[in-house]
Amino acid sequence: MSEFLISITPIDWLLDPLTHDFMRRALMVSALVGGVCGLLSCYMTLKGWALMGDAVSHAVMPGVVVAYALGLPFSLGAFVFGVGSVALIGFVKQKSRIKEDTVIGLVFTGFFALGLVLVSKIKSNIDLMQILFGSPLGISRSDVNQTLIISFIVISILLIFRKDLMLYCFDAKHARSIGINTGILHYLLLTLLSLSAVVGLQTVGIILVVAMLITPGATAYLLTDRFDQMTLLAVISSSFSSILGVYISFWSDIETGGSIVLVQTLIFLIAFLFAPRYGIFKNQTFMNNN
Amino acid sequence: MNPIFKSHEKDFMRIEADQVCVDYNGTVALYDASLNLKAGSICGLVGMNGAGKSTFFKALMGFVRPSRGKIRINGIKVNQAQKEQSVAYVPQNEGIDYSFPVSVWDVVMMGRYGAMNIFRIPRESDRRAVVHALERVDLLDLRERPIGSLSGGQRKRAFLARAIAQRASVLLLDEPFSGVDVPTEKLMAELFLQFRQEGHTILISTHDLNHVRDFCDFVVLINKTVLAYGETSEVFTSENLNKTFGGIPPNPLSGPTSSKDFVNE
Repeated sequence: MSEFLISITPIDWLLDPLTHDFMRRALMVSALVGGVCGLLSCYMTLKGWALMGDAVSHAVMPGVVVAYALGLPFSLGAFVFGVGSVALIGFVKQKSRIKEDTVIGLVFTGFFALGLVLVSKIKSNIDLMQILFGSPLGISRSDVNQTLIISFIVISILLIFRKDLMLYCFDAKHARSIGINTGILHYLLLTLLSLSAVVGLQTVGIILVVAMLITPGATAYLLTDRFDQMTLLAVISSSFSSILGVYISFWSDIETGGSIVLVQTLIFLIAFLFAPRYGIFKNQTFMNNN
Repeated sequence: MNPIFKSHEKDFMRIEADQVCVDYNGTVALYDASLNLKAGSICGLVGMNGAGKSTFFKALMGFVRPSRGKIRINGIKVNQAQKEQSVAYVPQNEGIDYSFPVSVWDVVMMGRYGAMNIFRIPRESDRRAVVHALERVDLLDLRERPIGSLSGGQRKRAFLARAIAQRASVLLLDEPFSGVDVPTEKLMAELFLQFRQEGHTILISTHDLNHVRDFCDFVVLINKTVLAYGETSEVFTSENLNKTFGGIPPNPLSGPTSSKDFVNE
């Protein structure tokens, strides 16, 4: 393998995979999913919903299994269970004295466990590893179509309600006082989270999808003080991570989801250390000039 | 009876609260609270923490539904008044995430959102309103700065500018004097007087008695209900303040003098 790596030029490194149909599909889907999750991750990090992202992404597990077993689009099952888990979290929190983070932890592990039990009980050709860790390199045509449709929906809604959702994250009280229905925005954001978790688990799997939903936002947050720039940086870094992760996975034969998230984490580390204004080793001249 | 038309009259009632009761899951937070405020008045809402000040604010903003009683803003229901951008809320400095990636300009522009279409694309008139609001609070030069880089007083002015840009006729201010520098306090005093002249009605929630004495025409003393309400000079008696604070003088840290010094005057 290493001899092989040495023998190829960077151009080949980039172009060779594109000769394979499955790689073109994997790169396109991963970049798109990266963009969608990256865009949403800005709202998740600013709203402080990282734990909620973790919860929803795990809670979709039984939905995926049931949908596969019934021959339905798995995104439908995942969506129902994603929104269902959020509703259940809200219900338990309201009707009991238990604190929210406890309820979130409780509900999502319960759902996840149900998913694991269902996988082992429903005898089918469901590949547990594929659900848990994703497999963009083996994505089917129908899955590509589902991803395209969901991505289109999420991006459209996020673009239309961009300012309202930003205001909701920043100052919900003001949003309400000028007549904006913040209850709808709350559930809209949760719905988008469920949908993004569904597309995200295609590429990196259920266990790591929360990284797609928070890391790009956190990275961008360290790099800028402008919301629009933050969303742009998050989308770029997220899509770039996905593409680079898939390439590395292809050439080095390593697990794709892990590879994508590791690239994201490395980019975050670079921002964490060297971001001009908020990095550990921040540029002193930059600070003085501003 | 058109509220827009009537709102220019001097005796027009901006805030009418009639025997308002609010309870949270059976716990009474506020009962029989009544209040009438005319156009062009500044009123202090004074009470201890947990006395129901914020509950009253929430009821006036339509965030909680009174279990009994009714509230009218500019003669119409609260949710309609919201849609007409009549009520502006200026939050406490502590209630805002100042590491949020928005500039001063962005924050003030949020005051215009309610008047924009669904995409919230600013028109020329919105930009003019923001420039005008920033000029009035003396922040135009800092408009490109991130909101988090401002001082406490500048932050407060930015949120006042948002309320100005909204062109609301009723302003609800939550502890506006906490953490504010002297120049900002002077600017706020001037602004409040201008607002009053323009026919706005300002309701200030605070436990800072000195500022109430300096700024407010009217005072509402509150402890689960409206204990006393009227012109500041008449309502600020030692008896009333004792009722409001249950015999305990207000926190001396919140102002240069204690309530005792104040009532002895």
